[in-house]
Amino acid sequence: MGFFLTILTLVVTLGLAWRYLGSYMAAVFEGRVHFLGFVERPIYRMLGTSPEQEQTWKRYAGAMIIFSAVSIAFTYVILRIQGSLPFNPQHFGAVGPALSFNTATSFVTNTNWQNYGGETSMSYFSQMGALTVQQFVSAAVGIAAAIVLVRGFSRRKSPTIGNFWVDITRCLFYVLLPISFIAGIVLVGQGAVDTLAGTTTFHDALNGVTQTIARGPAGFMGSIMQLGTNGGGFFNVDLAHPLENPTGLTNLLYIWLTLSIPFALTYTFGKMVGSIRHGVALLAVMVIIFGVWVGFTANAEHQNNPAVAAAHVYSPVGNMEGKEVRFGDTTSALFNVSMTQTSDGAVDSATDSFNPMGGFGPLSGMMLGEVTPGGTGSGLYTLLIYAIIAVFIGGLMIGRTPEFLGKKIQAREIKLAGLGALVMPITVLVLTGLAVSLAVGRAGPLNVGPHGFSEILYGLTSQGNNNGSAMAGLTGNTSFYNIIGAIDMLIGRFGIMIPALALGGVLAAKDVVPESLGTFRTDNGMFVGLTIGVILIIGGLTFFPAVSLGPIVEQLSHLRFF
Amino acid sequence: MTTVMNQPTAEPGAHGVAQARGLFDGPIMRQALKDSLTKLDPRLQVKNPVMFVVLVGSVISLFEAFAHPSTFTWSITIWLFLTVIFANFAEAMAEGRGKAQAETLRKMRSETEARRLRPDGTEELVPAASLSKGDLVVCEVNDVIPSDGEIVEGIASVDESAITGESAPVIRESGGDRSAVTGGTKVLSDRIVVRITAERGHTFIDRMISLVEGANRQKTPNEIALTILLAVLTIVFIPVVVTLVPFANFAHGSVSVVVLVALLVCLIPTTIGALLSAIGIAGMDRLVQRNVLAMSGRAVEAAGDVQTLLLDKTGTITLGNRMASNFYPVVGHSEQEVADVAQLASLADETPEGRSIVVLAKELFDIRGRSLEADHVFVPFTATTRMSGLDMGERQIRKGAGESVKRWVSELGGTPPSDLDEIVERVSRAGSTPLVVADGAVILGVIELKDVVKQGIREKFDEMRQLGIRTVMITGDNPLTAAAIAQEAGVDDFLAEATPEAKMALIKKEQEGGKLVAMTGDGTNDAPALAQADVGVAMNTGTTAAKEAGNMVDLDSNPTKLLDIVEIGKQLLITRGSLTTFSIANDIAKYFAIIPALFVVAYPQLHSLNIMRLHSPESAVLSAVIFNALVIVALIPLALRGVKFRAANSAAILRRNVLIYGVGGIIIPFIFIKLIDLVLVALHAY
Repeated sequence: MGFFLTILTLVVTLGLAWRYLGSYMAAVFEGRVHFLGFVERPIYRMLGTSPEQEQTWKRYAGAMIIFSAVSIAFTYVILRIQGSLPFNPQHFGAVGPALSFNTATSFVTNTNWQNYGGETSMSYFSQMGALTVQQFVSAAVGIAAAIVLVRGFSRRKSPTIGNFWVDITRCLFYVLLPISFIAGIVLVGQGAVDTLAGTTTFHDALNGVTQTIARGPAGFMGSIMQLGTNGGGFFNVDLAHPLENPTGLTNLLYIWLTLSIPFALTYTFGKMVGSIRHGVALLAVMVIIFGVWVGFTANAEHQNNPAVAAAHVYSPVGNMEGKEVRFGDTTSALFNVSMTQTSDGAVDSATDSFNPMGGFGPLSGMMLGEVTPGGTGSGLYTLLIYAIIAVFIGGLMIGRTPEFLGKKIQAREIKLAGLGALVMPITVLVLTGLAVSLAVGRAGPLNVGPHGFSEILYGLTSQGNNNGSAMAGLTGNTSFYNIIGAIDMLIGRFGIMIPALALGGVLAAKDVVPESLGTFRTDNGMFVGLTIGVILIIGGLTFFPAVSLGPIVEQLSHLRFF
Repeated sequence: MTTVMNQPTAEPGAHGVAQARGLFDGPIMRQALKDSLTKLDPRLQVKNPVMFVVLVGSVISLFEAFAHPSTFTWSITIWLFLTVIFANFAEAMAEGRGKAQAETLRKMRSETEARRLRPDGTEELVPAASLSKGDLVVCEVNDVIPSDGEIVEGIASVDESAITGESAPVIRESGGDRSAVTGGTKVLSDRIVVRITAERGHTFIDRMISLVEGANRQKTPNEIALTILLAVLTIVFIPVVVTLVPFANFAHGSVSVVVLVALLVCLIPTTIGALLSAIGIAGMDRLVQRNVLAMSGRAVEAAGDVQTLLLDKTGTITLGNRMASNFYPVVGHSEQEVADVAQLASLADETPEGRSIVVLAKELFDIRGRSLEADHVFVPFTATTRMSGLDMGERQIRKGAGESVKRWVSELGGTPPSDLDEIVERVSRAGSTPLVVADGAVILGVIELKDVVKQGIREKFDEMRQLGIRTVMITGDNPLTAAAIAQEAGVDDFLAEATPEAKMALIKKEQEGGKLVAMTGDGTNDAPALAQADVGVAMNTGTTAAKEAGNMVDLDSNPTKLLDIVEIGKQLLITRGSLTTFSIANDIAKYFAIIPALFVVAYPQLHSLNIMRLHSPESAVLSAVIFNALVIVALIPLALRGVKFRAANSAAILRRNVLIYGVGGIIIPFIFIKLIDLVLVALHAY
C-alpha cells in the first residue's frame, strides 16, 4: 500500500513538474524570463558576450569543451591542495593524483562516480567549492546541450544554435539554483545535517561506547546532487545515510528532484518545437520503459534472497539485506532504478546486495543508455539520438525520405546519431574486456565468477554512462580503475554530447518539409513503439552476451528466475 | 519460391527496351551464378561494409578450419562463404536483367554510314562514328538516323519502335515541338536534314545503355544514409563479439574462433547488407520495365518524396480529344437545326472533334452523313480566324470560338442573339468547350465539346491524396472550364490559362514551402519548369530541350506514368526499410541459438536460454548460420520485385510493414532455425 501511495504521489507531483517546470524552462531558454537580469548582465559583460551573440554548433561545442577542461583542472587542483585550504576542520591532506583526476572527471562529466569516502577524505571546501560547484554546472552543461538539439528542430535555416555562456548562466540562475535552494531548506527541515562545524562525538552511556559522527554541509549538497542527476553524496554510503536522507519524505523528495528535470525537458521540447504532442510522445517512451523497470526490479526485490532462502530463512518483506528499514524493499528498488534510469547513480540501499535479477534492473537501465528519463539534458539528447534512428527506419518503411519534425534525416544525421548511439556500448565493452584481461583489473572485484564479472561490468557501465552508481564490491581506488574510469567517463560524456551538438547544428541549418498525410508521424503510438524498440534492441543486442555472463548466469545458477 | 519463377513482371504490352523477362530468366541466372564468384574480389566487396566483414570472417574461419579441421568448422566456413556468394548472386541477378537490356540496345546501335552535308550543299558518306555536334546529315527512306539530332528541314515518318516498342510510326518535322530525332531510329518516308546534337558516346542510346547496365550507378541519398546505419550496426557488433574472448577467459572458459565469427556474421545486418544494391538496381529496372528512363537514382528516390504533382490536363487527366455532347439552340431555333448545320460545318473536318460532331448529329436526330458536293469548299481552322466551316456556293457555314464567330456575324451585318453569351458561359462552367454555329449572318446555337476525363483517374488521385500528395491540374483552359474539370477529375487544385511562366512560378512557390514537385512536359517552353521541378518527366515525343531539362524520360509519352513513378520511388524505400527491420529483428533468435552454445562449457546453466531446444551447441550455431545465409536467397525475389505497395496513409503502411517485417522478423528465425536444426539431426550431421 505504502509503495502505491509513493508511486501515486510521484506521478502527481512529477506531472505538475512536467507541465509547469517544462514550460518554464522553455521560457528560460527562449530568453523570455528576465527577473534576474541584474545578475545575468554583469556576467555576460565579464565573459564578453551577450544573448544576441549566437554561436555556430562548432563554437558552442568549443566553448563547452574549454569550460569542461577548465572545470576538470580547477577541481583537480582544489583536491590536490585541500590541505592548505580553509574549511578543513578534520585536517584532511591532499587527495592522491589518480583519485583526484578520477574525481574531477567524475564530477565534471555529471557522473559522480566516487572512489573515495566523502566524510573521510574530502574537506568541506572540496565538497562545496569543487564538487558541489560541478554538480551545478555539469547539470547546466547537459541541459544546454539538450536545448541545442531541441533548437535544431525548432529553428529553420539557422546557422547558429544559441550561446553556450548565456545558456548555462540562465540554466544556473533561473532553474537549478532556485529549485535546489528551496529543496535544500526542506531537506534540512526534515533533519538532514548541514553544518561546517566538523565531526561530533557521541557517548553512548548505556553501552559504554564513544562514537564519532561525521557531519558537514550535506543537506544542500543533497538537493543539487539529485536535481542535477549527479548522485555523488557527501557521505560514503550516499543517501542511505540517515543524516543526509533522514525520512521517507526526504527519500521521496530525492526521487522527485532526480526525475523532475529529465521528465520535464520533454515538455520543454514539445513547447519549443511547437507541438506538445511530440513532447508527450517522448515522455511516453520514458514512462513506459521506466515503469516496466521499476515494476520488474521492485518485484525482484520483493522476493526472498535465494542465498538466504537456501538456509531456510524466509523473510515476509522481501530481500532486506543491504536495505534501510525506513525505506523498505520496493521503495529501495524504486529509488535505485530511478537513479540508474537517470544518470544520477545515488543509492539508498546496496545494489550489490540486491537479488541477481534485482541487480539486473539498475544495471540494464544504464545499458539502455539512460534515456528513460536519463540525466539532466543528457537523457533528452540521447533519447533524441535513438529517436532519429527510429524515425529513419520507420520513415523508410513508409516510402519517404525520413523526416523528424519536418527535418530530413539523411546521411549526416545518421552518421552523427549512429556515432552517438555506438560510442557508449563500444567504450564500456572494450574497457571491461581490458579490465578482465589484466591482473590489475582482475584484482578489483571482491567476488569471483559471474558476480565478480558483474561488479566490473557494472562499474564501467556506470562510468561510461556518467551514472556513478556503484554496485560496491569493486575496489575502484586503484590507479588502474581511476584512470580507465576517467577515460570511460570522458568518452561517455563527450562522445555523445558532441555528436548531439553537431546534430543540433546540422538540423537547425535545414529547412522544414511541410507535413502531409504521407509523413511518418512522430507523435503517435507507433513512433513511441518504434523508439522503444530501437532503445531495447540497441541496448539489448550489444549487452546481451555480457549480461548473460554476469547476472543471467548468476540467476540461472539458482536454477530459476525468481 | 518456385511459385514466383517465370512470372512476367513487366506490364502487359511493354516491350522495346523493356522486354518482359521472368524474375528467374535462365540465361540471366546462369550468368549471375558465374558473376557471384567473380564478385568475391575483395576490391569489390570493400564497397559493401557489411559483406566485407562477412568475407573477412569467412577467411578467418577458413584458416581455423585448416588448423582445427572438423565437420563443424568446415560446415561453418562453407556456409559463411555461401553467405557472401548469395549476396553476390542477388546483386548479379539484378544487374543481369539490366545487362540483357543493354545488349539489345547495343545491337541496335549499328555502325551505320551517314550522309553528311558539306557546306557547299553536296553530300559525303562518312562513318556515323565520325560525326560531331553541329554536323548536318541527310536521311531518306530506310535510312537509320545516325545520331541524335534536330530536324532542320523537312518532315518524315519515323519508326521509333527500337526505343519505345511502339510499332506505329511517328511524325517528325522541323520547327516546333516534334523536331527531335533519336539515333538508331529509322526513317520510313520522305527526306529530312538533321543537325546532330550529341557527341558520339553521349547519345540517347548510349545513356540508356549505361543506365540499364547500372555502370555509373551512384548511391542515392537514402541509400548512403542506410549504408551508414548498416556500417554502424556492423561496427558496434565487432567489439561485442571480440570482447567475448576476455569475458570467457575471466570465466575460465574459452570460445572457439569459428563460433565467434559465426556469431558476428549472424548479428551484423547481413540480410539487408546483401540485398541493398540489388534493391536499388531492381528499382531502376522496374522503371525501365515501364518504359521510363531515370537519369539518376536520385530522381527515383525524389519521386517517392514528392508532395505536389503538376499534371497536364490533356492526355493525363482527360483523353486527348474532346467529344461533342450536346447542341444548344439560341432563342428562335431548334436543337435539330443546330445539329444539322453543325454537321454540315464538320463534314470535311477530319479532326476528332469534327468527327464527333457528325456522329452526335447522326445519333440524336438521325441526320445521315451527307457527301460533299463539288462546289463545297472546306474552310480549315486557322489560329487567326479560330473558325472552320464550309462554303457551299453562296451559303457560308461556320463553327468556332464564341468571340470569333460573333465578330464574323457582325461583319456580315447580323446581330448575335441576346441569350448566346449565357449559353456559352453555361457550357464553359460545366468544363466543356463551346463552339458557336452560324449559318451566314445568323447564329443558330452552340455545340458543347466535352472533355472526357480518363476512367479510373479519380481513384488514382484519391490514392495520391492518401499518400499525402497534392495533385494540381495544369491547363490552358479558362478558369471556369478548368474548375469544372478539376471537380470532375478530383484533383486538389488547378492552374488555369497556364503559361510557362505561371507554371514556373507555381513550382517555385510550392518548393519555397519545402515541398518536392513533380511534373511532366514535352514542349521546349516546358524545359525551364522541367529543370526546376524535383522530378521532371519529359515525354519521349518532346523536344531535345525538354528531354535534357527533365531527369526522366517516358518512352511511351504517357503523362499518367508520373503516378507509377511515384509508387516505384516509394516502393524502393519501403523495401529497404522493411528488410533492414527484418534483418535487425532476426538477431534476437540468433542470440538465443548461439549464446548458450558459446558458453556451454563455462556455464552449463546457460542451457536454459536454449529456448528452441536445439540439439547440440554445434547444430545450434550451424543452424543459425545456415538460416542467415538461406534467408538472403529466399528474399531475392522480394528484393527484385519490391515489397507490395498499397496506397494508404502512412500510419497504415507503417503498421503493416512493422507487423510483417518487424514482428515477423522476430518470430520467423525461431521457427526456421529450429527446423534447420531438426533437418541437421535427421541427416545425422550431429
